Amino acid sequence: MTSKDQASAPEIRFDRVSKVFGSPDAPSGVFRAVDDLSLDIGRGQLVALLGKTGCGKSTMFNMIAGLSEPSEGTVLVSGQNPFRNFDWFRGKIAIVFQNDRLLPWRTAIQNVELGLEMLDIPKAERRDTAKQWLSKLGLAGHEDDYPHALSGGMRQRVSIARAFATNAELLLCDEPFSALDEITAQKLRTEFARLVRENGKTAVFITHSINEAFDIGDRIVVLKRPARIAHDIAMSADVDLEEREKIRETIRASLSQ
Amino acid sequence: MAATSESGLESWRLVGFGRRILMGVAPFAAIAAVWQFASLFFPGYLFPSLVDVFWRCLAILTDWSAFSDVLATAGRILAGLAGAFVFGCLLGFLIVQSRLADRFLSPVLIFFQGIPALSWVVFAIIWFHGVEFRILFIMVVTTLPAFTFQVVGALRAMPKDLLEMVMSFRPSRLKFFRMMVLPSVLPEILTAWKVNLGNASRVVVVAELVGASGGVGYQLLQQQQLFDMAGALAWTLQLVFFVLLFQWVLTLIETFAFRYRAVSERAL
Ligand SMILES: Nc1ncnc2c1ncn2[C@@H]1O[C@H](COP(=O)(O)OP(=O)(O)OP(=O)(O)O)[C@@H](O)[C@H]1O
Ligand SMILES: [Mg+2]
Repeated sequence: MTSKDQASAPEIRFDRVSKVFGSPDAPSGVFRAVDDLSLDIGRGQLVALLGKTGCGKSTMFNMIAGLSEPSEGTVLVSGQNPFRNFDWFRGKIAIVFQNDRLLPWRTAIQNVELGLEMLDIPKAERRDTAKQWLSKLGLAGHEDDYPHALSGGMRQRVSIARAFATNAELLLCDEPFSALDEITAQKLRTEFARLVRENGKTAVFITHSINEAFDIGDRIVVLKRPARIAHDIAMSADVDLEEREKIRETIRASLSQ
Repeated sequence: MAATSESGLESWRLVGFGRRILMGVAPFAAIAAVWQFASLFFPGYLFPSLVDVFWRCLAILTDWSAFSDVLATAGRILAGLAGAFVFGCLLGFLIVQSRLADRFLSPVLIFFQGIPALSWVVFAIIWFHGVEFRILFIMVVTTLPAFTFQVVGALRAMPKDLLEMVMSFRPSRLKFFRMMVLPSVLPEILTAWKVNLGNASRVVVVAELVGASGGVGYQLLQQQQLFDMAGALAWTLQLVFFVLLFQWVLTLIETFAFRYRAVSERAL
């Protein structure tokens, strides 16, 4: 039940990565959020990272995004160091954060345009793309609303549109649908998986819901605190229903320990 | 039916508008009333009647040579603030970017903050020749620490999660500044201008004692030598009017720039 890389060189490689917060002389001491983690994610894979709250998922995510640097080991994305070669990744990574992180001084559509502005896409084209994404996410008519006038779920959808509009090769999603109602979430999940597969994108999808991981992932990586791999399961179409149930039980048991 | 309720609404609006004007004027009316009351019991050279003060104000505003003194002072305030703001931004960025600069510059600025405006006047007279340069120097040096600290505070208070979000798109430095830094520090920068405007208007009259041959400070000195209280009041009021006017402009900018803000139905 271990996964095989689909492409030759992995798109994302964690090589014995640890992340330590704090310092020994700080009052709260040191905290090891990720511990000696090795993981390869191939090009075109859709990986669900599953783990309980506080197990270090967002910390891993920040290292892939180049927003924080591993304390030990190396993280490589497309063969590059995302922290050191930060600018190399312009237009190549799109991120949906755990909270919406909309700029309060920009309207919904201006928020969606943000990533496109970084890529110097002409104004009219930018508007069009942003508008399409907003209506795809059910926000037509709210283009000119400021974030404070949107509901939590609407804001999260704007932030999803912002990430997807850039059409990046690598999508990182940190529990993007957890603020939405189940029916909307279900719809977006399907849409998300379709988008990733049709366009051959690589995606890392963080979740704490076993069902969501099953719905989305070609591969499910189960993490235990501090972020260490407990299970790494490939979910191809030939895994039958009975086996799925077994896997589900194994994961549930391992997470409830 | 609809017509009556509409005209009723209209008159309600008028009442509301009237009330707002009244509330705005009331504190000043109270001060004026107390002054006028005092003027009934004291000789005119101590508490001149407000009618006299009003005519003196009008004389200043309608006489070009007098009004140009007001303009000169206003110009000095604005030039000083602008200079302090530019240097304050430069120092502020330096302090935020480098720990060494922070450790070195912050104590120096705090030290400067403790020096009274009058001391700067003395230093400026000894060091420099040109009157305008002396005044500019005093204005900049006295408002610089506050501006710097306010810029540092604004930069440090930038929300980290928004900053990381914008960063994740790998913006160029210029775009990062334009899309993230500027809009998020603007509220505090405008507040800093408002606060420093008050300080600067108080310092400028002192600065004008360095030998300016015009300006509100110079005119105040003249009135003091003539023991002319109505004149002193009239000139003081010119400065107050200018501060009020500029505050109002800043408030207009604020209402325009921060229209994105949510308004809670529960006030503070
Ligand atoms: N900047 C930080 N400083 C100190 N400790 C941190 C920091 N960021 C994260 N941690 C710690 O690292 C651990 C993992 O945090 P992380 O945000 O990665 O969890 P998570 O798996 O994303 O959880 P959730 O599902 O609740 O989002 C937490 O226990 C947290 O206390
Ligand atoms: Mg998290």
